[in-house]
Amino acid sequence: MEIVDIVPPVLKDNVIVTTVDSLFKWAHGNSIWPLSSGLACCAIEMMSTAAARFDLSRCGYAVFRPCPRQADLLIVAGTLTWKMTPPLIRLYEEMPEPKYVIAMGSCAIAGGPFADSYSVVPGIDKVMPVDVYIPGCPPRPEALIEGMLKLKEKIMHPERVEAAGKQVAEG
Amino acid sequence: MPQTETYILNMGPQHPSTHGVLRVNLELDGEKILRATPMMGYLHRGIEKLLESRTYIQGVPYTDRLDYVSSMNNNFGYCRAVEELAGIEVPARAEYIRVIMAELNRIASHQVFIGSLANDLGASTGMLYTFRDREEILDLFDLVCGARMTFHYIRVGGVARNLPPEFAEKCRKFLDRVPEFTEEYANLLMGNEIFQRRLKGVSRLTPEQALAHNMTGPNIRATGIPFDLRKVDGYSVYPQFAFEVPVGENGDNWDRFRVRFREITESARIVRQALEGLPEGPVMAKFPKMLKPPKGEVFSRTEGTRGELGFYIVSDGTAKPYRVHIRRPSFINMQALDDMCRGYLIGDSVVAFSAIDPLMGEVDC
Repeated sequence: MEIVDIVPPVLKDNVIVTTVDSLFKWAHGNSIWPLSSGLACCAIEMMSTAAARFDLSRCGYAVFRPCPRQADLLIVAGTLTWKMTPPLIRLYEEMPEPKYVIAMGSCAIAGGPFADSYSVVPGIDKVMPVDVYIPGCPPRPEALIEGMLKLKEKIMHPERVEAAGKQVAEG
Repeated sequence: MPQTETYILNMGPQHPSTHGVLRVNLELDGEKILRATPMMGYLHRGIEKLLESRTYIQGVPYTDRLDYVSSMNNNFGYCRAVEELAGIEVPARAEYIRVIMAELNRIASHQVFIGSLANDLGASTGMLYTFRDREEILDLFDLVCGARMTFHYIRVGGVARNLPPEFAEKCRKFLDRVPEFTEEYANLLMGNEIFQRRLKGVSRLTPEQALAHNMTGPNIRATGIPFDLRKVDGYSVYPQFAFEVPVGENGDNWDRFRVRFREITESARIVRQALEGLPEGPVMAKFPKMLKPPKGEVFSRTEGTRGELGFYIVSDGTAKPYRVHIRRPSFINMQALDDMCRGYLIGDSVVAFSAIDPLMGEVDC
């Protein structure tokens, strides 16, 4: 039996019945606050995405917070070096749960053109969990918006991600 | 006057106004800065070392990622160095296209400067305006090479491909817009009393200090020294164009802003002249695919958007350079940060970073 079935017919048009969980997911997926932490080139594209033409605000995501305590999304935009890793991990740890990570650009995904350098981390998933990967060097603003929408889908429908993962595991 | 104890305040590497991952140690007496020590290396990617394991041609995309706001200028500098080393003659049309691209990118870079300076002063609206107009330049770049930021368009021997037929018209349309949006920035920012008070007389450097710190680019021109390699060296086809080198008087942040602001108009002038005189012909020189320059070394310098951008390349006769050193203007300009901050308040240090206009990709290399 669905929870909607126990609502009397009189109230069906006036009352929205939901679970706390789905209400939370709906609210969270539509109002992600990213941390304004730019590392390298991709940060400029991240700024472009938030600026006039691409206007990330229309998706509800443009409240870039400089403080990790107020943010719930870490966009790793740029090359991560071993020297920068401890501060970045600290930023990640300081963010309150639930938190998400987007790896923006090929440097964050796998080191990009600097993969064989002595000072570059070959992919941020070596040091922190990643939810969405956005390829490109740097990804265009449209790609970042698409990535954020994918993250929204993941937040609102975690079961879809699990199903896709199962499919991949079964080959 | 009672003496208070000094203390050290750490700023960065995560800070909204450090332009990336710069970390600064500020020694403070109350709110007055006694010493500012920049700590670098948070974006050190070892580009100089990586270039040693790439061929000369493969090195070009790495220069895109040095100063990622003005990639065309970096491509230009590196390609000129390699061409000088290998003795490649670049076709005239390619030289003109290079100048057009470099100057358009200079405008885009100065727009980012104005936007981020306004943002650091608390006027976030400034950034929205300059990024809006920067998109028009990026559209032009998108048209010629299909990329918005890391172009890899200027290559060793010329440029990657010819200009599309509609480029000239679209570029002229953009150039017509330049006076319009510069006036808009002027109305938006320069008349603002807060903006003026935060910049005028702050972080002053004398010409002697600037020279002692080996500053170049708009930062030294703000102190009144008209040092611009486009005039001094007259490389490429720059001597054929009429343009002025804007200089400041006091060497304060206001002059640094004004110099860059006026350079936008001058760059637009150069682009217009280059479009007028654009010759026909090939855009790529003929040279062997596997480039093996003769043994020797070269230091070639160009005027990047942030100052003198130099490439020092040593060749041992093989297909890969023996050593590449890059003279990065942002890195060298950062030396003056201490002098620019000393004696001013914490809030002014943020403006000082912004006014130097460093890009951490270039500082750390």
